Amino acid sequence: MNTSKNSYVIIYMIVIVVIVSLLLSITSGVLHSRQADNVRLDTKKQILMSLSTFGNDQENKIYTDDNAAASYEQFITGYQMLDAEGNVVDTLRPVEDFDVKANEGEYPLYIAEIDGAKKYIIPLKGAGLWGAIRAYLALDEDRNTIYGVYFGHDGETPGLGANIVLPRFRAQFVGKHILRDGVLASIAVEKKGNTAEGKDQVDAVSGGTITSKGVEAMFLSSLKNYEKWLTVPTEVTDTLLNGILSDLAVGDSAAVETTDVELNEGGNK
Amino acid sequence: MAEKKVNPFIEPLNKNNPIAMQILGICSALAVTVEMKPAIIMGLSVTIIVALANVVISLIRNTIPNSVRIIVQLVVVAALVTVVSEFLKAFVYDVSVQLSVYIGLIITNCILMGRLEAYAMQNKPWDSFLDGLGNGCGYAIILIIVSFFRELLGSGSLLGCKIIPENWFVDNGGCYMNNGLMMMPSMALILVACVIWVHRSINKDIE
Repeated sequence: MNTSKNSYVIIYMIVIVVIVSLLLSITSGVLHSRQADNVRLDTKKQILMSLSTFGNDQENKIYTDDNAAASYEQFITGYQMLDAEGNVVDTLRPVEDFDVKANEGEYPLYIAEIDGAKKYIIPLKGAGLWGAIRAYLALDEDRNTIYGVYFGHDGETPGLGANIVLPRFRAQFVGKHILRDGVLASIAVEKKGNTAEGKDQVDAVSGGTITSKGVEAMFLSSLKNYEKWLTVPTEVTDTLLNGILSDLAVGDSAAVETTDVELNEGGNK
Repeated sequence: MAEKKVNPFIEPLNKNNPIAMQILGICSALAVTVEMKPAIIMGLSVTIIVALANVVISLIRNTIPNSVRIIVQLVVVAALVTVVSEFLKAFVYDVSVQLSVYIGLIITNCILMGRLEAYAMQNKPWDSFLDGLGNGCGYAIILIIVSFFRELLGSGSLLGCKIIPENWFVDNGGCYMNNGLMMMPSMALILVACVIWVHRSINKDIE
């Protein structure tokens, strides 16, 4: 057989490419739903990981075990969309509406309940050295004290930047405050020995300077979107929200408008 | 007969090692050897993919037109890597997260193209399979040796477990410090060179 003829080469390549693309599309089609399930479960795990407090191993296991789906149902009690003003624009069910993504100008917020205490979980997104980095930040009910944090990354250098996922880096954030005098200050990630002015700080990972700076930038840029919501005094929002809800139930639209204005004012104080 | 079949597997482990002798696949030897765990995973993945690709290419070797053989080899490798990565994502998601970028790196690994071009195009499927396994293992051995020294001296740990006691470190009042240079890619090159040096002093008969 003459394999160097042009017609043979062209037909050969077409056949090869068709076989390969068929193979790839069949594989992808068959496995897609399984993969989507895995991704969903993994996201749930990541959200739960932000609630681990590094206190004792048993406690951490609750959130990382194979029963992530069940733990998620148990601990995550709310899923909301906020707008830039800090108002709740959409209240979703955490399990059934898990796949709902935030629209433009909306910022997702998960609400967890641990031993009767309310925790807020904010997803953060940023860039490291080689690719995207992300985090889930769990805050106490005061919307200021960090309860726990989870870090993920696409491809930071193993042994250097990738060490942001390790408990010894994450544990530093616990108990730190993201607000200073009622204003968003975020968290500084500084080289050991340096001191940051006007904000709480943690030590950078050694050899991962750009990833560490990425973490710092991610905190600031992502938390900016939640600034209004974070700085609203908690009791005020809760009472006002309850007011709005009961007004809505009554159906008095005028009352809703006034409370809305009050809420915004509360937020700007 | 039996000896002839063993050869393609044993040869690349030592005398014809892909890194030490053929100087192939150096790029990934630099990238993934900071810690032992990714080095082992990468070595394993390359072994599997190079063995499978060798078999496929060897099966169709007589039909491949000479002028487009590199393209055909690349298509086969890329298809195999993609299928394996899809399966990992579906069945062992944790492993696929671990591998992340490395799985893509396999496609560009010179060892694959090198073995397909130099061996699978001329030999029978079974021999090609053994050759693939041998080269993959030969590659993995070097990766593990290099990552052993880099992780031990660079982070004071092995496979993520601390080996050097905490109180030896300067920070905790000791007199020991991790060698930052070990974390840099340049140190991997130096270590690979040392491995090649030792390898050639032992095997005096090779060029």
